[in-house]
Amino acid sequence: MREGKGKQALALSIKMVSGLINANPVVYEKKERRVRSAPANVDEYAVEPIDQLEIFDHLRDIKDPEHPYSLEELKVISEDAIEVDDSNSYVRITFTPTVEHCSMATIIGLCLRVKLMRSLPSRYKVDIRIAPGSHATEAAVNKQLNDKERVAAALENPNLVEMVDECLAPTYGFSN
Amino acid sequence: MELDWELRELQTLEGHKDRVWSVAWNPATGVAGIPPMFASCSGDKTVRVWEQTPSSSSWDCKVGFLTSATAFMMFRFLRGEMWLSLHALWCVDDGNCCVHLRAVLDETHTRTVRSCAWSPSGKLLATASFDATTGIWENVGDDFECVSTLEGHENEVKSVSWNASGSLLATCGRDKSVWIWEVLPGKEFECASVLQGHTQDVKMVMWHPTMDILFSCSYDNSVKVWAEDGDDDWHCVQTLNEANNGHSSTVWALSFNGSGDKMVTCSDDLTMKIWGTDLKKMMSEDGYAPWKGLIVTGAADDAIRLFVESKDGSVDEPSYKMILRKEKAHDMDVNSVQWGPGETRLLASASDDGTIKIWELQPVA
Repeated sequence: MREGKGKQALALSIKMVSGLINANPVVYEKKERRVRSAPANVDEYAVEPIDQLEIFDHLRDIKDPEHPYSLEELKVISEDAIEVDDSNSYVRITFTPTVEHCSMATIIGLCLRVKLMRSLPSRYKVDIRIAPGSHATEAAVNKQLNDKERVAAALENPNLVEMVDECLAPTYGFSN
Repeated sequence: MELDWELRELQTLEGHKDRVWSVAWNPATGVAGIPPMFASCSGDKTVRVWEQTPSSSSWDCKVGFLTSATAFMMFRFLRGEMWLSLHALWCVDDGNCCVHLRAVLDETHTRTVRSCAWSPSGKLLATASFDATTGIWENVGDDFECVSTLEGHENEVKSVSWNASGSLLATCGRDKSVWIWEVLPGKEFECASVLQGHTQDVKMVMWHPTMDILFSCSYDNSVKVWAEDGDDDWHCVQTLNEANNGHSSTVWALSFNGSGDKMVTCSDDLTMKIWGTDLKKMMSEDGYAPWKGLIVTGAADDAIRLFVESKDGSVDEPSYKMILRKEKAHDMDVNSVQWGPGETRLLASASDDGTIKIWELQPVA
């Protein structure tokens, strides 16, 4: 009978490379944060529908896995790339990795998914995808990121969770 | 007369501390006065075993001389409309189904328990876990004891299935392999074969209901059929993929009708496909059981749907239609739906919301 000690490959394929994938990323200026004006009628019990900006606020400060910049600064995500339909509890995030062969794409997708899982009401259905044409194996990455079972298994890996939590740490500074 | 069906919600079971992935009814229960029993497995690394309390006083019986035992026997022999109207006379209407927790199987698996399956005798329960092992549990008195642990898969085990006679067990997982185990006396298990062929994560395995033929479905979008050539040599005898009318994305699950001549598969491509074989029906339909042949699905839109073969189709090309959509059956994705054993007409559903719901299939006049 075969022994069960196999390689501890991750449920999501993430190739570990020694050098940085993209040593010189283009860094963009952060967009000025719009302060929402207080609504005229204040109904304490009214629930504001979740919109693009609210979701972007959850995600903009996620740190890129490789560089000390946020996903917003690297233009990996933008407000326009968020499609939300609150009445149907649906959101789709389209993200653009910095380079075409970015092997960090899966980790970035996972960070987006985990942050939304922790921030949005449980009624929400979330689709994450790579911007079409921006990655060499986008179909394969998209399939993994949207396979709930694979994501669940990946998040049982402590090393991966630690990596994700490091990327998400800057996002908890603001009250969400 | 074509019947219409409704699903009545009987009970919601809480207790699991994470999403519930899967439920499995004990096939040796729900008959001969044995209360229906099922197991549920969860991301909380445990399996819970539940049982329906035999109801004592809550039968509202309009036909005075019938005790519930006698009524059960009449129930089996009646056919068609008469059976349905008699059932309506003494069906419970207080919405309380009384399923209670019998046991929690914990401290064994170290990661998510993804699915489970009872042996045909109902004496053993196999549990498939992301910790790469398959647990074998035995009901000992009031508790369940893990009597064996099957190792071999390199990573997450996703599904487990017993063959009709209980002599073989199959498992599959993310390592792309399907394992066949022989069940030996004394609750010993020996690996009979490791089947390679799928090019990706294998999501589910299931034995044909009567023959020792194994089916597997995968993230590689295909369904494979495995058979033995008589010398313990198992190999893939057929692959159902996109080239031959198969699915265009991950195939998550498959299920057979009672006689085993039809199979339904469901996929991430948002379709279900019905497959037929040339095999003659192995079992004749014994007694009229109008709910058999119903397909029930649980989906990521939180809904439960019922499909039935439509008589509108031509003889050569059967078609199926959806007859019921239970929206918001759960608050989150429905991961598993399973018909109860025997003639119970119960349905169990499991969800990401951490609950299990018990439903009863009811005819609509």
